[in-house]
Amino acid sequence: MDILNILSLALGEMISPTTITFVLCAMGLSVHFGYTGLLNFGQAAFAAVGAYGMAIGLITFQLPLWLAVIMGLVCSAIFALILGIPTLRLRADYLAIVTIATSEVFRYFMTTIGFAKVTGGSNGLSQFGKQFWALNPIPEADYNFGFVTYRSDQLFVLIVGWGTIILGALVLRLLMRSPWGRVLKGIREDEDAVRSLGKNVFAYKLQSLIIGGMFASIGGMIFVLNLSNVQPQTWTTNFTFTIWSVLLLGGAATILGPIAGGMIFLALISLTQGIMGAMVEMGWLPFLSQPDVAQIRFILIGLSLMLLVIFRPQGMFGNKRETQFNG
Amino acid sequence: MADPTTEVKSIAVGSAGPGCKKVDPILVADKVRRQFGGLTAVDVEHVEIPRGLITALIGPNGAGKTTFFNLLTGFDKPNEGSWSFEGKDLAGVSPYRVARMGMIRTFQLTKALSLLTVIENMRLGAQKQPGESFLTALIRPLWIKREREITETADALLKRFKLDAKREDYAASLSGGQRKLLEMARALMSSPKLVMLDEPMAGVNPALTQSLLDHIKDLKSNGTTVLFVEHDMHMVRHISDWVIVMAEGKVVAEGPPSTVMKDQAVIDAYLGAHHDTDLGAVSPKTDTTTLRATAKETD
Ligand SMILES: Nc1ncnc2c1ncn2[C@@H]1O[C@H](COP(=O)(O)OP(=O)(O)O)[C@@H](O)[C@H]1O
Ligand SMILES: [Mg+2]
Repeated sequence: MDILNILSLALGEMISPTTITFVLCAMGLSVHFGYTGLLNFGQAAFAAVGAYGMAIGLITFQLPLWLAVIMGLVCSAIFALILGIPTLRLRADYLAIVTIATSEVFRYFMTTIGFAKVTGGSNGLSQFGKQFWALNPIPEADYNFGFVTYRSDQLFVLIVGWGTIILGALVLRLLMRSPWGRVLKGIREDEDAVRSLGKNVFAYKLQSLIIGGMFASIGGMIFVLNLSNVQPQTWTTNFTFTIWSVLLLGGAATILGPIAGGMIFLALISLTQGIMGAMVEMGWLPFLSQPDVAQIRFILIGLSLMLLVIFRPQGMFGNKRETQFNG
Repeated sequence: MADPTTEVKSIAVGSAGPGCKKVDPILVADKVRRQFGGLTAVDVEHVEIPRGLITALIGPNGAGKTTFFNLLTGFDKPNEGSWSFEGKDLAGVSPYRVARMGMIRTFQLTKALSLLTVIENMRLGAQKQPGESFLTALIRPLWIKREREITETADALLKRFKLDAKREDYAASLSGGQRKLLEMARALMSSPKLVMLDEPMAGVNPALTQSLLDHIKDLKSNGTTVLFVEHDMHMVRHISDWVIVMAEGKVVAEGPPSTVMKDQAVIDAYLGAHHDTDLGAVSPKTDTTTLRATAKETD
């Protein structure tokens, strides 16, 4: 087997546009769950809303890119209000149910033929990337970094993506060390106590849902800009649970956790897929075929989620006892 | 101890009794009723809390004291009733607004914010921190000055409550009694006009009891009104200026501690049907002064 090839694929995956997307989504989820204690199981939908909002802005409304991005963010905020206003006054589990249901509804809604003129239906939308690629200042060439080679457009996406992550991490760091962040953490611990101290808990939860959702929306935008198309079937519950794995692996109430968690998790997925694929090829795993290998990824995601929650709920980088599912 | 009748005159209008009017009430409740299914947990016809004094709310377990606290502070909604704080109608006002008006409560089941440090718990109790709004939060110079003031107040309170050594520890690492102290200290961060303490002594180390009593007396001398629920009759007798007794959701007696504890209605409320039971049995701490002993001493 080509160990070097498998390794360089995994290394490349550590910083790939997919990883960028999951890192941004997980950063948003850390605001929701890690800092505020909100159980959002529809983070994929926030990414989708941002991606579709921007794509529709570019195609249907012919907006300049920056305005289309803002349109995606506004859609994301509206989506957060729709989810949050009816549920955030209720017990935490209501939000969990509503987010998971809404994210499925949204995905089916995007495939509905009635709106296909705008949403592209089940074919999705494509060819909205011209403005984005036109911004690329990097000269056309192949750039070799030892183990991987990038084209100019690939490099551009990586720079934009990781630049966004660094900026986002700085903003989160500022927020979570501010009195605003303190109120969120208080709500995570006991919202009635925070209420009794004169804080409008409902407003804070809504703000948290909006901010965290916007991170996912930006992640979704980068994802579809990179592919130059947006597909409804991308934003499944699998997508959401991958985000959860990334977050829990890294540590839910940390700034660096989602970043490191994303890099490690997606590299591991790529690595296991590569190694198992090679083993199947060589006939070492006679009970598996190549298509099975891709499916096994999802078993691994589920398994890793379970193990993490049981054995290390604070993640790799989390403070001891910083995050718990109960108490 | 002062002569009970002159004490009554300075607090109540006319003679003491369930629902009697006060000379200067800070909180007035009317016909507040809360039912849980068939059970009427609270059914208070009229009650007034005197300003600037320490009022004890006593009554057997299940009398409705905690539920009454929850209703007054907006954490629960009554089936009917109205109440006002400093003349402002409070019915239907959400808990955070009640708190902002200067009426801060603590909880019977302590709500320390476990995974926040002690000092962060304290800071959270402060009001008017511009950094608590989202946009200001991003610009540190806009809130850092206020944060320093808040930290100063917090440190002074922590010192008073002998929690300064725990400043940087997670609240989760405190003992039950220390959490009670932290919750009370945190409630004082905003200099409330009225503090409502639900069983502040429960679980507190007896060695700390005396200093806690002193803290509550300090509050009064600083002009803060205190309303507290307590089972410990020793504490009630020692620090309260006025005692309100609840039983089965109703206010059954009111008056200065020395007279109320001899009141037949109070003894009945505590004893219920078991007239042979010693009154001491109602106190969770069997080693503290019993109600009967209290009554004897004040005779
Ligand atoms: N959420 C609730 N649901 C049903 N019954 C309740 C609830 N809260 C309190 N009760 C009942 O109301 C009565 C008064 O309770 P509570 O106010 O806690 O009494 P106290 O604080 O005086 O001990 C009790 O009989 C209790 O069982
Ligand atoms: Mg109670």
